[in-house]
Amino acid sequence: MKKNLFATTPGVIVVGAVIGLIAVGLQKLGNPANMGICVACFERDVAGGLGLHRAAIVQYLRPEIMGLVLGSLVAAIAAKEFRPRGGSAPIVRFVLGMIAAMGALVFLGCPWRAILRLAGGDGNALLGLAGLATGIWFGTLFFKRGYSLGRSNSQSVVSGALFPVIIVCLLLLYLIFPQVPGQPQSGPLFYSVKGPGSQHAPFIASLGLAFVIGIIAQRSRFCTMGAFRDLFLFRYTHLFLGLAAMLVAAFAANALTGGLKFGFEGQPVAHSDFLWNYLGMVTAGLAFALAGGCPGRQLFMAGEGDSDAGIFALGMLVGAAMAHNLGTASSGTGIGIYGMQATIIGFIVCLIIGFVHSRRA
Amino acid sequence: MRTVDTRGLSCPQPVLLFHQAIAENAAEPLDVLVDNEASLENVTRAAANKGWNVVANDEGEGVFRLELRK
Repeated sequence: MKKNLFATTPGVIVVGAVIGLIAVGLQKLGNPANMGICVACFERDVAGGLGLHRAAIVQYLRPEIMGLVLGSLVAAIAAKEFRPRGGSAPIVRFVLGMIAAMGALVFLGCPWRAILRLAGGDGNALLGLAGLATGIWFGTLFFKRGYSLGRSNSQSVVSGALFPVIIVCLLLLYLIFPQVPGQPQSGPLFYSVKGPGSQHAPFIASLGLAFVIGIIAQRSRFCTMGAFRDLFLFRYTHLFLGLAAMLVAAFAANALTGGLKFGFEGQPVAHSDFLWNYLGMVTAGLAFALAGGCPGRQLFMAGEGDSDAGIFALGMLVGAAMAHNLGTASSGTGIGIYGMQATIIGFIVCLIIGFVHSRRA
Repeated sequence: MRTVDTRGLSCPQPVLLFHQAIAENAAEPLDVLVDNEASLENVTRAAANKGWNVVANDEGEGVFRLELRK
């Protein structure tokens, strides 16, 4: 069989570096600071764009989400790796997706954004990354006890294609009802006129650059959760080097373009509540680990026809909407009114899921 | 011949099952069934790290039989 160069360690390092560079590039093109690509934030924005929540500052159908999925889909089809599969505890994965989004929105970012925030000098990201590592470490304890959500099965082409089809529908909606400058709505879609949701790169750049990431991430199996998990579980540095390359490349790009701002206070789209920055990501990290992938990786697997990963992504979409509707999401001024409760309840639910699905429990 | 069937399982379980199998017996030949390329790559990488020779046989319908030999 042919060798997949992307999946070698040098390959995944190059992929991580390219993702870091593209992310900083998207920031220069208009995306919010330290948020070139954030899967959790952008799924939250998509939820807002569809009106699933009404937080007016975070509503935009981010083309990056569509590009990531469609890039992976095309790469998977080209490599004959598109394989419709699913049926491994779907509702558990949906709930894990919800918890993951809610935990990540207490910190204000998925693992990718944690890296981008650190690469921009935001010290709070250290707490987020430490929390992520802690949550994933808890996950590895369950794996050592035989944790499994059960086997998936081959499914129909329709089942494998549905998530990408939903993504194409979002793309069509965006094109049919484009943003009207200064207007908060266009047809059924919502568009932020101020706040992070109003800051975005041009449509073609967002879609095209994310499409490139989708292709190379699908080929390389780049995964920020897997990076920590494999390090803890097997002492493998393969994926971790990809993550490190993303950090180094984004940091270098920021340094060269004046994008560095060191400190904890007044960082863009961030708060400096140390404890909850940490704990929010502990909960999210455990949910990612139990579901088998970081938010980005889940989108890529969904593009490969994995309907379980698609269900996790839909869970994140709903969880992100709920985070704003229920007041659990943080903002630049601090954590949400029910952020603590969401973090703790989410963690407990993850523990229960972990214990119940461990053979040696 | 030992066979570890990891079909339908996602990472990290195939690699964990490989480690489990070689913990029980570090020398006896081992076959691992995988049904996706990520698992194929991961198990191959893990086995190579532990000094095993790996031959991948395409069994069709996306399934590969990895023959692990010392």
